[in-house]
Amino acid sequence: MSEHIVLDIDGRQHAIDADPDMPLLYALRDHLQFDNPRFGCGLGQCGACTVHVDGAPKRSCSLPVSKVGAAKITTLAGIGTPEHPHALQSAFIHEQATQCGYCLNGWIMTAAALLRDKPHATEADIRDGLTGLKCRCGSHLSILRAITRAAQA
Amino acid sequence: MGNISRRSLLRAGGALVVSFGGPLTGLLPTSAQAASAQETSAQGASALGKPATGPLPDQLDSWLAIQQDGSVTAFFGKMDPGQGVDVAIRQIVAEELDVPVERVAIVMGDTARTANQGGASGSTGIERGGITLRYAGAEARRVLLDLASQHLGVAVDALQVHDGVVSVIAGAAGADPRQVSYAELIGDRHFDVPMQWNGVYGNGLVARGRGEPKRPGDYRIVGTSVPRTDIPEKVFARHQFVTDIRLPGMLHARMIRPAVAGSVPTAVDEASISDIPGARVVWKQGFLGVAAPREWDAIRAAGMLKIVWSPVAPPFPGNAALYDHMRAAKPIARKELVKQGDADAAIAGAATIVEAEYEWPFQSHASMGPACAVVDARPDAATVWTGTQKPHFAAIGVARILGLKPEQVRAIWVRGAGSYGRNDAGDAAMDAAVMSQALGAPVRVQYMRAEGTGWDPKGPASIHRALAGLDADGKVVGYRFDSRGFSRTDIETNESDPAHSLAGQSMGMTLSPTQEFGIPTEPYQFPAQLRAWETIPPLFDRASPLRSSHLRDPVGPQLGFASESFIDELAHAAGADAVAFRLAHLRDPRAIAVIKACADRFGWQPRIAGSGHAAPVGSGAGSDRVGTGPVDTGPVGTGPVGTGPAATGRGFAYAQRGQTIVALAVEVEVNRATGRVRPRRWTVAHDCGLVINPQGLRLCIEGNIAQGSSRALWEEVTFDPAMVTSLDWIGYPILDLIDAPDAIDIVLLDRPDLPPSGAGESAIRPVAAAIGNAIFDATGIRLRRAPFTPERIKQAVGVPT
Repeated sequence: MSEHIVLDIDGRQHAIDADPDMPLLYALRDHLQFDNPRFGCGLGQCGACTVHVDGAPKRSCSLPVSKVGAAKITTLAGIGTPEHPHALQSAFIHEQATQCGYCLNGWIMTAAALLRDKPHATEADIRDGLTGLKCRCGSHLSILRAITRAAQA
Repeated sequence: MGNISRRSLLRAGGALVVSFGGPLTGLLPTSAQAASAQETSAQGASALGKPATGPLPDQLDSWLAIQQDGSVTAFFGKMDPGQGVDVAIRQIVAEELDVPVERVAIVMGDTARTANQGGASGSTGIERGGITLRYAGAEARRVLLDLASQHLGVAVDALQVHDGVVSVIAGAAGADPRQVSYAELIGDRHFDVPMQWNGVYGNGLVARGRGEPKRPGDYRIVGTSVPRTDIPEKVFARHQFVTDIRLPGMLHARMIRPAVAGSVPTAVDEASISDIPGARVVWKQGFLGVAAPREWDAIRAAGMLKIVWSPVAPPFPGNAALYDHMRAAKPIARKELVKQGDADAAIAGAATIVEAEYEWPFQSHASMGPACAVVDARPDAATVWTGTQKPHFAAIGVARILGLKPEQVRAIWVRGAGSYGRNDAGDAAMDAAVMSQALGAPVRVQYMRAEGTGWDPKGPASIHRALAGLDADGKVVGYRFDSRGFSRTDIETNESDPAHSLAGQSMGMTLSPTQEFGIPTEPYQFPAQLRAWETIPPLFDRASPLRSSHLRDPVGPQLGFASESFIDELAHAAGADAVAFRLAHLRDPRAIAVIKACADRFGWQPRIAGSGHAAPVGSGAGSDRVGTGPVDTGPVGTGPVGTGPAATGRGFAYAQRGQTIVALAVEVEVNRATGRVRPRRWTVAHDCGLVINPQGLRLCIEGNIAQGSSRALWEEVTFDPAMVTSLDWIGYPILDLIDAPDAIDIVLLDRPDLPPSGAGESAIRPVAAAIGNAIFDATGIRLRRAPFTPERIKQAVGVPT
């Protein structure tokens, strides 16, 4: 049965009617056209769908939309713009990080939370903190360089 | 300006040069096979006799347009899967035209706007795809200088171009202020100039004009690290992937696959999903899908639909019995591609004989996102949005499965998750086409993870038997390398024939597999040698989750693992250093230069592998017959190094793929307690001829090394008698950040005197052998079965706990 659900995404309220068990990912992508969280596995194993929920990185493919409540959702579009880029966004451009970029959302969103909690994270912190995210193109080193650069910014 | 006014105007936007629906239904000439790359020959053969799509290659306007503002649009019939091929092509065009690279835009992989250059295929994006764009740039410059000469009343050889402005070279009389821009000369108008086309579609397509390209010594833009334009779009969440395409009235669809390969639905209860808003079923023989206006509803419907499946005998041996099955199977094709002297006789008479067998499993593309395609099929036309590497062939395939003519179908490539061969994208486009036609609405098909990893075409499993004889001086006198595997073209490497798609095979189309494998292509100078392959029948012939096709560097990682591990075994048996042994058997100066550059940069000190860091060269045991099992724990001369849980070692391997040469040296850490192998430090020496974009090339090489490490250390498709059982990132793990190397040090041997020869797949080939050779050096254990998973490492070298 459908429920009326209001979501706070990147600072704006959005209302949808949806199955309360539907994962947040489909509310973002299919109902509201926030395309940047990406479907990679639907199992919480790859991170491509990551968004921040009240600041904590969450796999939106595995989070029922009804559990979000009034929490503030932040997507990649909400963390920076070309005019006011997040340090990670600048660093990924500088390092030309990722190839196809389908996984990029997961790395930046997870790293943004990591660097907020640990602003001067070392390479070892970054490896530990981000292990579990997938990158099929093998761009691991460029991603690592970019996040390390942002941590030193 | 008379010439200018006669030229027809570009359409609004200037991009659509030749109208879609042109008369392109002729047969391809046999010269389609002319290009020699492996991928091209396989593809050329299949494309023979098939109608083509896209603008005619014999017009300059099909390749380049000058817009009203003087900016340039290049039309590229390949595409960029994420390595920045588009940037390199823009550099090539900008160089020939003398315009800033920022002023060159590129259109890729749209069948209505680009000629069929074969799509991304065989690492030929620059090697072959760039040739015609370079010629087109040179021809456009020639035409523009002719126009400028008429316009200014100055001879062509007195003119120069700077940033798209033609001016008069200052002479003895001093500066001449006369100038005219490309925009003024031709902006927004057609060139209407022919190109000489070789009549080939696909990778082998070449068209050239009368304009002579620049000499590499004059390059200013080619050879520089121009950044990619897609990365800012991606980091600011503005880049559109194929998954983001939406059309009015579009339905979301999910496919339903059997639990036992070969089983088909015998009854489908549509009432079981009647509660789901707008849910609909499409069922045609073995083809079964559901669709709904909302994506989550389509996913729910796929899970809730009640289906009765036909009882079938499970078709597979199970992965534990795979290699036994392969050894017992009857070959259906055999090719001896290098046969020189009598290898068997030379080996029989040798002082030392070394023999080994290596095994490589099925591997999955396991693309980062499962495939997605959107098709809007109408009665008389269809449009396809697809992430496939080969949109022109996808258009042909969709036309066939829908009963349309190729010119009635337009395929538009939109970036999908990274693509490294014939992955699931080719199947998704066919599925979406069938669904859209049946439902009379645009349909978006996206696979679930289990489909992407479980049902994508697989890189073929193989067994490689190597046998060689050494003389008393440790030189090879005879060499045999025999591969046995599943065909790399059990299904075709492009989707132009729907009989090679899951949809077509599910609906009973006639199968037409071809037999292809490969041999090692490193030019070792062995006096007598035989390099051969044979293929065995697929484990299951129809709509199989283990059907095999091209996965990055098709069969190269398998061949490179076996052949370069074996060279290491030979060096060891000869009591020689692995680098010195290779150099002693090579004559090609480029190969020698690459190997030496790698060894020098790495700091490679000559010694026998597995001998710790002390034994001098020349003291090896030279044992008779080394063991042949998947893991060799037999004597290795000086025995394992160290006794603690952590052991380190170094390995070397080299590969020659087409004209590109790569040498790798790696230092690995083997943890005997956990079984984890971590390559810590890589050195890569790489010669792919002229380098177009050094930074792009370095990042591409890094990707090859990391993905190759993933395939060597982790990747193996598992299956039981019924079905593939590696269905997600737990069952099919890939390289994690924690296991990524500390550094990949890359030496680029730029060869401006040689044409660029491709880098997309070369460096992946020797990765597994380099790691395996380093594991041997660290532990004295030779691993002959990939991947080198923690379980296998512990079993082979583990310290009892």
